Amino acid sequence: MHLNVEGFLQTLPIMGYGMIGIFAVMLMLYLVIVILLKIFVKHKEESK
Amino acid sequence: MELLTVLFGNLMTITLRQLVMWIIGSILIYLAIKKDMEPSLLLPIGFGAIICNIPSSGAINQVINGVTEIGILDVLFKAGIANELLPLLLFIGIGAMIDFGPLLTNPKLLLFGAAAQFGIFFTLSMAVLFGFDLNDAASIAIIGAADGPTSIFVANYFNSNYLGAIIVAAYSYMALVPIVQPPVIRLITTKEERKIRMEYKPKEVPQVVKILFPIIVTIIAGVIAPRSVALIGFLMFGNLIRECGVLSRFSLGAQNELVNIVTLLLGITIAARMQAASFLSPATLLILCLGLVAFVFDTIGGVIFAKVLNLFVKDKFNPMIGACGISAFPMSSRVIHKMGLKEDSQNFLLMHTVGVNVGGQIASVVAGGLIISLVGALI
Repeated sequence: MHLNVEGFLQTLPIMGYGMIGIFAVMLMLYLVIVILLKIFVKHKEESK
Repeated sequence: MELLTVLFGNLMTITLRQLVMWIIGSILIYLAIKKDMEPSLLLPIGFGAIICNIPSSGAINQVINGVTEIGILDVLFKAGIANELLPLLLFIGIGAMIDFGPLLTNPKLLLFGAAAQFGIFFTLSMAVLFGFDLNDAASIAIIGAADGPTSIFVANYFNSNYLGAIIVAAYSYMALVPIVQPPVIRLITTKEERKIRMEYKPKEVPQVVKILFPIIVTIIAGVIAPRSVALIGFLMFGNLIRECGVLSRFSLGAQNELVNIVTLLLGITIAARMQAASFLSPATLLILCLGLVAFVFDTIGGVIFAKVLNLFVKDKFNPMIGACGISAFPMSSRVIHKMGLKEDSQNFLLMHTVGVNVGGQIASVVAGGLIISLVGALI
């Protein structure tokens, strides 16, 4: 079986950028949820 | 005599490869019925594999005497999968089924979902190493999304030659999560780590946050990975229907009728790509192996991330919950919860595992979009 080592090395940046991309999206979502919870839970407590 | 040939001539044209496909189809049906492995998909796929491998089958396109006769499975494929319609419709139903509540009470769990997509990108590189071109490697790698519609969407986007094998591998490994994940987790965690208890603090999530969440997820994921908008958008549309509180009829319809009808059609339609000539090849075996690699490295990615996080936080995470980021909802969360109980009968991880699992569902869709964007830019 022929192993495409050159192709393998070329895909490593995709691995890096892919993982960075996913963490970036998830981190943003995390921050947005934290902010939303801060705003609306506080708002709910105040109205109570 | 001529009429006899018309009646029984087809018997003589049965090939060994077609017989093998009948056996494969029968095994899939057996696994669905006897072992309860993803029966809603493996049964239609198994039956479809048989009907499309009967010589001169009228279920698929055939060229007879120079004239192309259209087969219903190819019609369904063109109408429902080639244009990505069925996987997207299925996502509305899945979105309507998911309760993001456990994730919203502890949003940190989203990060485990991200870490557990490592297997996808690792497998992409491995598939290229083993000689697949980038299109097919990306399609094979997405088996690691542990999410059928995403696998179909991405493999179809790249027009992969191995769509049938990829889908069978994706759904088979999703059903095999209880067999694949526990040994991998035991291999990379200590008994003490598996016994770590995690306190669950139930919090009330305001309805407005549950409504805003799907909209915000769609916008953020869509801006970073625009190719994922269709996938994430339909998933979140389903969830918005569920959470808005004014469309309960739609929500129930999406969760039941829509999912049932689409799944039924999806299974048998996929079988159109399981014809012996293309399915029975060494590449199929290699794809099955690479699918396993994807699941194993997804699990490793999630667990190792939890172990790394534990170096920096006071309230330790049970590293096993990282494995639920693989998606495979809700199977993975149940498996890890049971593993936790086995180590310590008072360790209830279920709410955490569900939170990570739904986070993994979002992450796997985003990963699909990123694969399309990143690989699409290179080809």
